[in-house]
Amino acid sequence: MLVAFSAVLMVMDHKYKSLESVRDTLSVLVYPIQLSVELPRSISDWFSESLATRRELQEEVDSLRTQQIIQKTQMQKLAALEVENIRLRELLDSSFEIGERVLVAELMSVNLDPYKHQIVINRGELHNVYPGQPLLDANGVMGQIVHAGPYTSTAILITDTSHAIPIQVNRNGLRSIALGSGAINRLDLPYIPNSADIKPGDLLTTSGLGGRFPPGYPVATVETVEHDPGNAFAKVIATPLAHLNSSREVLLVWLNTAATVESTDNIPVEELIDDTETPDSSAGEAGDNSNPATDTAADTQ
Amino acid sequence: MITGKRHGGSVILLTFIAALLLTVMPLPDWARYLRPDWVGLVLIYWCMALPDRVGVTTGWFMGLLVDLLTGTVLGQHALSLTVVAYLTLKFHQRLRLFPVMQQALTILVLLILHQLLALWISRIIGRPSAPWYFWMPSLLGMLIWPLVYSTLRGMRRGFRVS
Repeated sequence: MLVAFSAVLMVMDHKYKSLESVRDTLSVLVYPIQLSVELPRSISDWFSESLATRRELQEEVDSLRTQQIIQKTQMQKLAALEVENIRLRELLDSSFEIGERVLVAELMSVNLDPYKHQIVINRGELHNVYPGQPLLDANGVMGQIVHAGPYTSTAILITDTSHAIPIQVNRNGLRSIALGSGAINRLDLPYIPNSADIKPGDLLTTSGLGGRFPPGYPVATVETVEHDPGNAFAKVIATPLAHLNSSREVLLVWLNTAATVESTDNIPVEELIDDTETPDSSAGEAGDNSNPATDTAADTQ
Repeated sequence: MITGKRHGGSVILLTFIAALLLTVMPLPDWARYLRPDWVGLVLIYWCMALPDRVGVTTGWFMGLLVDLLTGTVLGQHALSLTVVAYLTLKFHQRLRLFPVMQQALTILVLLILHQLLALWISRIIGRPSAPWYFWMPSLLGMLIWPLVYSTLRGMRRGFRVS
């Protein structure tokens, strides 16, 4: 009888996705287990932090400070470019949203089924995480959330065999889909025609077409391109940019929340968007508006 | 838990919790595919030693917890551990009389069945086929069975679980 019950359970979970709430509630039950597995790591982290010498900390602060200055200068340029981009898109009457809300989450050191590329992070529904939410690390797109429990959520990586991500070639805008290969350092692009312009070294970014991932984030670089005259499609293999098996800190991104930004990092960008979005999007007025926009860009820096 | 002849329930619970911890404990990358099925081993032991206390229902519930922990389809481990528990209950009297090495061989069959069910289910829901080292956990489970057996038997006798 239990066998039949498990069979029903599996069908319901896999086919109809109707057990999400059950899974969420029950995941509270296993949360203590996940936490206690995490415990040795967090204790050793705490020790190494509190036992670090003053000089080590000083050096770290110094290097972080230089890094921040470098990144700040890059950001200045980016803000100006963003304003310009928005202005140009207004000329074209197309919308473009920049400035997603982000939240830093940490990977829990819990191993899941080794044949599925999944990870557990320490944020859940209490932090407004939702299924389907994109997950990034400092280098690129990592994956998306599949289950959001109250305290933890499970995410699927872009290399899982059941995952596909809409991408475009950054150089020429050629769009395609990258499928997970099951190997942690490989993505397959099976739908690229033999005649398409793609070559090793090309950067692949999210195209934003699926509506899940925000456009413009780096995903992978093309590793090899093989043209087989017998096949309709070229065999293209790419390497993910995100450090899928070594990143500890990950970023959760909320889409289309330009109006409700909480993260302090994004505020300058938001102000710029507000300034440029108020006028009509007709070509003449957008041109008039260019001066105030660049003024505010200068102000915020 | 000292209620008449049944006591030591907390010991059983603790061993299962330990097995669950070992199931998700982080391992280095090369060892990830070699993790023995701890919950299965502990379940087989208790089904064999105390068939009137640990049985099919316990197996199903532990399987459900494993599903939740490892992110598999809800019911996959529940199903296969239920089958393993049922077979162990069926043969528990024979298993008890076997010498440890022969027990280990029987355990290998049970664990392979457990993995086979898991493989079938994952093939049905469209996961790719498994490489040869997919079966290593069963083999390792057989190799460490004498250890698990003597440890758990020591615990059962030490804490007078009955």
